Amino acid sequence: MQAVAEAHGHEHGDELSFWRKYVFSVDHKVIGKQYMSLALFMMLIGGLTAFLIRWQLAWPETPVPGFGWVPEPTMFDGVVPPEFYNALITMHGTIMVFFVAMPFLLGAFGNFLIPLMVGADDMAFPRLNMMSFWTIFTASMVLLSAFFVPAGAAAAGWTGYAPLSADPQYTGVTWGINLWLIALALEFASFLMGGVNFLTTAINMRAPGLTLMRLPLMVWTQVTAAVLFMLSVGPLVGGAVMLLLDRTIGTGFFRPDRGGDALLWQHLFWFFGHPEVYVVMLPGFGIILEIFPVFTRKPLFAYKAIIYSIIGTGILSFIVWAHHMFVSGIDPRLATPFSVTTILISVPFAIMVFSMVASFRGGAISYPTPMLFAVGTLATFVIGGVTGIFLGSAAVDIFLHGTYFVVAHFHYTLFPSVLFGGFAGVYFWFPKMFGRMMNETLGKIHFWITLVGFNCVFIPLFLAGAAGNMRRVYNPMQYDFLKHLSGIHQFATIATVVLLIGQVPFVINFFWSLFAGQPATDNPWRANTLEWATSSPPPHGNFEKVPTVYRDPYEYSLPGMTQDFLPQYAPAPAPRGV
Amino acid sequence: MLSWFPENISTFGGDIDRVFGLIYYVVGFWFLLTETLLLYFLIRYRRRARHAATYSRGDTWSELAWVLVPVVIVLALDLGIDAAGAPVWARIKEQRPEDGVRVLVTGKQFNWNFTYPGPDGKFDTPDDKTIENELHVPANQNVLLTLRAKDVIHSFFIPNVRLKQDVLPGRTIPAWFNATKPGQYEIACAELCGFGHYNMRGFLIVHDTEGYQEWVKKEWPEPAATADAAAPAPEHS
Amino acid sequence: MSSVAIAEHGDAESREFTAQPLGRIGVWWFLASEIMVFGGLIGSYILSRVAAGGWAAERAHVNTRIAIINTIVLVTSSFTIVKAHAAAEADNRGQARRFMLLTVILGCMFLCFKGYEYSIEIEHGFTPATSLFWSFYYTMTGLHGLHVLIGIIINLSLFLLAGGAAWPRIKHRVEYAGLYWHFVDVVWIFLFPLLYLA
Repeated sequence: MQAVAEAHGHEHGDELSFWRKYVFSVDHKVIGKQYMSLALFMMLIGGLTAFLIRWQLAWPETPVPGFGWVPEPTMFDGVVPPEFYNALITMHGTIMVFFVAMPFLLGAFGNFLIPLMVGADDMAFPRLNMMSFWTIFTASMVLLSAFFVPAGAAAAGWTGYAPLSADPQYTGVTWGINLWLIALALEFASFLMGGVNFLTTAINMRAPGLTLMRLPLMVWTQVTAAVLFMLSVGPLVGGAVMLLLDRTIGTGFFRPDRGGDALLWQHLFWFFGHPEVYVVMLPGFGIILEIFPVFTRKPLFAYKAIIYSIIGTGILSFIVWAHHMFVSGIDPRLATPFSVTTILISVPFAIMVFSMVASFRGGAISYPTPMLFAVGTLATFVIGGVTGIFLGSAAVDIFLHGTYFVVAHFHYTLFPSVLFGGFAGVYFWFPKMFGRMMNETLGKIHFWITLVGFNCVFIPLFLAGAAGNMRRVYNPMQYDFLKHLSGIHQFATIATVVLLIGQVPFVINFFWSLFAGQPATDNPWRANTLEWATSSPPPHGNFEKVPTVYRDPYEYSLPGMTQDFLPQYAPAPAPRGV
Repeated sequence: MLSWFPENISTFGGDIDRVFGLIYYVVGFWFLLTETLLLYFLIRYRRRARHAATYSRGDTWSELAWVLVPVVIVLALDLGIDAAGAPVWARIKEQRPEDGVRVLVTGKQFNWNFTYPGPDGKFDTPDDKTIENELHVPANQNVLLTLRAKDVIHSFFIPNVRLKQDVLPGRTIPAWFNATKPGQYEIACAELCGFGHYNMRGFLIVHDTEGYQEWVKKEWPEPAATADAAAPAPEHS
Repeated sequence: MSSVAIAEHGDAESREFTAQPLGRIGVWWFLASEIMVFGGLIGSYILSRVAAGGWAAERAHVNTRIAIINTIVLVTSSFTIVKAHAAAEADNRGQARRFMLLTVILGCMFLCFKGYEYSIEIEHGFTPATSLFWSFYYTMTGLHGLHVLIGIIINLSLFLLAGGAAWPRIKHRVEYAGLYWHFVDVVWIFLFPLLYLA
């Protein structure tokens, strides 16, 4: 433990200063909570941008209540102008993908759980871990500062297509996009550092007996996500440098007026961008895959097949990127091969979904809040998955590309993974993180409002997309063929307000439970994985002594046993020779 | 959902709509099956007193078959969807017709410019004419577009024709369509191109044969020198 | 024999599930991501160059002589860091430090020659904004140079730390620094022919 002490900068017995304990901590549990705080804060801002966007779509060019104080030229007496609208949609996407989804699912849950689930006392590189958090914290501040610079925040979409993004005169935005690029670069660096930690820890610091085929699926998905990120972000790092140089020192990588190619940016972006969505989706699935067996009290169906599907999804995700570019001007002959690879992803996805559904058969299912959110994740994600098939067919994509159908599709994949899945994770692991249970009643209210609200916002948007409503348009009512959608947009906006208000019970519950929630036992859910082998919250160093693992993680309701679960770390003889 | 689609007036639009319909029924089937089964299991297998859960791991082939057989069917239907879509894509994007009226389209911040070759049928001649935001075409004839962008990427989108193609600065991209119903339809930009992106509203005006001749006569009032007076295309039906 | 894997946490047997030390695994994953960074840039360069017809006229103005010298310098420095690693393995602190210092000096020479090369090119009017070839040239060699600088800092830090009481604790890190330095060298081995030779 000598090296642990050194890494943590103190000998056992010394009390750490407030700064070393809570701010510049190297303890993965503290760092995980820091990531969660950042993600939840950025989620608030992301939600605010969503509200402003939706207000403008429902009641174009009318003042947004409560926003009269925003100075010109950002807003005009509470009215969102076209320039700020473009900044809003850009920042909404950027914040939600890079500063909510990733810190929430990977930064918070990955950091908190991986060492615990593998039976380690911390991550492989605790100081690197601390640096990774402060890097993304800095990145967030850089990104948000863009709202306050002259000419405002980035406004070329979260996808930042060139040459719109490469020449400041096209957007009018100067510092905003430069800061956006710097913030992204820092965010990438943060997760590269995190990825090194996740992979090294999961590969090398497992407790004795914890073979890969006994690893909880939460760890499998986090590890796969880390690999995907590490191997896909590189080209975009290069691309971001190239774009920044185009904007500042006169290079012309993506500027046709200087001999460059606008499509090059898209390839670099989407080569990363597609694996990135699986980086976000997989940990969300990992969370619900952990929760299901606990509340069905039976093993996950086809656990090994699910592992192979996770790996298969990861590999396939690298060869589909041009489905974002079918009508972009690429050689049309590339479209059909990419349609084929894209549709093949249904195979591992179907294996996972069917296995999850089959896991419920024969169960003894209870529905505390974590289980509600986990089931909600699955039920809503299925819609996202199947609507992807429309977009993956190049012919149909000719019509649907760039419409609200795409927006609805990706919200039906991202929102379930990040929000339903993330909330499921919070309700499930809150006892372990904070030593207290959350309130069930508030949790159920939160769930139902979120479920109904979310569907009421986004189902109408599929219809808007089918009607041809283009995305990123400040005022669709300019177009006769879209005028009939005004009711739809208003309905979706009202539902957005309901959805946002529905998060209040969660905020109240979270903070109230931190101080006054019922104290949690070591294993309140009677679950099998290693994090439940220690106290809630775990002590510094996690385990009194290194646990030994005897079996795979989902041994529930074994015949012939009095209790309906058999933890991985319990030495009782395992039936069926596992 | 197809009822929400804008009216289709193009020869290939129906093909796209049909592939959409095929996908809709296939995924609709899987969606209903999955959600129904999920809901059924969630209710049927609620925890009841003195009823333990069944210890089934799904790791024998007979159990796995319940997942793998549907997955094979998913794969087969997927490939069927691709087989249905590929020829439609090819017809629209790869096999462009050779004959038809030609128009040069230039997208720019923030409008569409349509350049017509005029009665001589050739571009870069004095009778070329550029009209902002109005694409005039005859019904039931191929329209051959050459798409360009002046500044940033835009996307040329005619919903009623089911046509969409990004236009790029520095590139020239061909496209085509054949509109079957006279009338006025809207054109939009489908790729974020700046603060005026939402305002890039153009019009497709499909004329019947007579109406098209009249429009040509109105735009090019001087009689043409050759015998092929008022014929804007080298060949026509 | 590879360096004894002193686990940084807890007992060696329970903490080294594979036979590799934590640092080695961490560095390899980091290098994998770095390969993708340069891979993306190099791939973009190759595709752009092919599409543009070869850029023979622009490429005529690069300074192959300096590049050859720099290649020799960098390859030599990879050799010296191998020697440093071997010395560290043998617990020969003095020898290891000598070779680390040599590696640092060679790295600095590389950067000096590169800086000199840039100054000549800028004097002749070839800046990143001159043409797409030059945009790629400066970006790729510039990013590479930044990585050389970071490597120099890492190697220098290790050299200095190794002089004090920390030597037993940090001597296995010479290998990791070496891995990173070899990577920087390999990137140059790709850049050199792509920019100067072919």
